[in-house]
Amino acid sequence: MRCPDCSKAIFRKEADKRQGICPECGYHLYVSAKNRVEQMLDAGTFEEWDGDLRPADPLEFKDKKPYAKRLVAEQKRTGLSDAALTGTGMIRARRVAVGITDSAFIMGSMGSVVGERLTRLIERATEQDLPLIIVSGSGGGARMHEGILSLMQMAKVSAALARYDQAGGLYISVLTHPTMGGVAASFALLGDVVFAEPKALIGFAGPRTIKATIRLELPEGFQTSEFLLKHGYIDRIVRRPNLKSEIARTIDYCGK
Amino acid sequence: MDYLPFEQPIADLEAEIHDLESQQDESAEAVELLRQKKSELARITDEIYSQLTPWQTVLVARHKNRPHTIDYLSLVFDEFVELHGDKFFGDDRAMRTGFAKLDDRKVLVIGHQKGRNYKERTENFFGCAHPEGYRKAMSKMRLAAKYGLPVICLIDTPGAYPGIGAEERGQAQVIAENMYEMSRLETPIVCVVIGEGGSGGALGIGVGDRVAMMQHSYYSVISPEGCAGILWKNAEFAEKAAEALKFTSKNLKRLGIVDEVIPEPRGGAHRDHHMTASRLKQFLGKSLKNLCDMPTDELLNQRYEKFRQIGVFLEETSQEETSLAD
Ligand SMILES: [Zn+2]
Repeated sequence: MRCPDCSKAIFRKEADKRQGICPECGYHLYVSAKNRVEQMLDAGTFEEWDGDLRPADPLEFKDKKPYAKRLVAEQKRTGLSDAALTGTGMIRARRVAVGITDSAFIMGSMGSVVGERLTRLIERATEQDLPLIIVSGSGGGARMHEGILSLMQMAKVSAALARYDQAGGLYISVLTHPTMGGVAASFALLGDVVFAEPKALIGFAGPRTIKATIRLELPEGFQTSEFLLKHGYIDRIVRRPNLKSEIARTIDYCGK
Repeated sequence: MDYLPFEQPIADLEAEIHDLESQQDESAEAVELLRQKKSELARITDEIYSQLTPWQTVLVARHKNRPHTIDYLSLVFDEFVELHGDKFFGDDRAMRTGFAKLDDRKVLVIGHQKGRNYKERTENFFGCAHPEGYRKAMSKMRLAAKYGLPVICLIDTPGAYPGIGAEERGQAQVIAENMYEMSRLETPIVCVVIGEGGSGGALGIGVGDRVAMMQHSYYSVISPEGCAGILWKNAEFAEKAAEALKFTSKNLKRLGIVDEVIPEPRGGAHRDHHMTASRLKQFLGKSLKNLCDMPTDELLNQRYEKFRQIGVFLEETSQEETSLAD
């Protein structure tokens, strides 16, 4: 494969040995939700919650392809039932509630299952007084195929986070490439502490939409982690190998 | 009158009626003919408007003569005292906020404002608010909660503004924060989609105890053009996307997203601002009457549950479709 950043030919296997980091330039490549669990949590501690939820097709949505068929194909291709994996596990021996969206499943977009899994995760973290970690990766934002139901998941998850906050919970949000649209504009940017992996694309409107609206070239580095850091919307840019210890340290500072 | 393409039969009949009227013929036949034409016009208008396609609904929702927030501010409320400042960056004209009186009740109104002519539209960014607009809305909502005023949000936006400055000033951040704070704001909130309910830009002032839509408005996760561009790779499929997205008031009522659909006058809100406004006023009065007597805990619990139950999915254990929404 070619690294999307330095364009050098690299072996995915070599990158995988380095947690999905380009051996040539250090660019953070895509990692699946399942690999992320292995990278972030203490070995063998992950216990999945609400894995039995399955997406439905409430609008009987059809574009070039019926949504019902698209779902089956995506499930087969990714081995996931939908774009979020949630549960509990340990980070350096600290119990946490953890949610991970996988940007490979229909662009990591949020429909009813993603919204419901995250909401139940947050509610359980509130009940059990657990620190909450959500790793976002979504190019799609709210999933179009479930229409207004997807849009409303933004409100539902945000409301659950507000209650968690009220109860004194600590929420660490980790933004990965890409975190856009309705995912950025809901849970991803609501962390008490917000981390981002380097060079991730993060924003509300897609660069193409913005370009079409303003009819100007976009500045270099626009909507990257570094851009957000400069404008004050994230707390730290964290390289993947340091993520685990950075999370553990933050939990300790907040006394959780 | 600006007619929409599908309104041609209405345009023709109105032209005929206009001609007949200008002849000032008072003979019995002429009077009878005029009466017939008028009743035909009513029938045809009802017929067309009772079966609008989703795309036609979008065109009605975007009609330039459709009542906008500032029209309602003068027609529904007895007074409006605009409060401009977001105390942070600037005064976003796409978002209007201020004190108002709904009969005897003091309220705080927030609404997107599109503008009618080119100058207004440009000043208002076509109703697409920037982060400062959402920040202004939130700061006024906090003010309302502090002094016990209920909040009324009038939603009418194609979407939050997509631009460089908007991203630099945290468009995603402010929309997220508004939903987060609105979900626990300690005062009643009533939201009404009066025209376009465009995605996150709508939801940024859309979390409330009651959510309603005007009959011919639409409320969608994405604009039909945007959806067509992504899924059909061509914005010309907007009409198909409009069908697929199921975003009309009827669909949203069925999905349990909106509590009420406010009926529009014959031929749509743009044909009769006064009647539309009086129906909106009636809905607001009734909703606030119920909500303002409710203890705050109960109000916030109900608000949480209202959004908590939204979603349609399967749970493998039961294999039944779980739709707690209605
Ligand atoms: Zn590289």
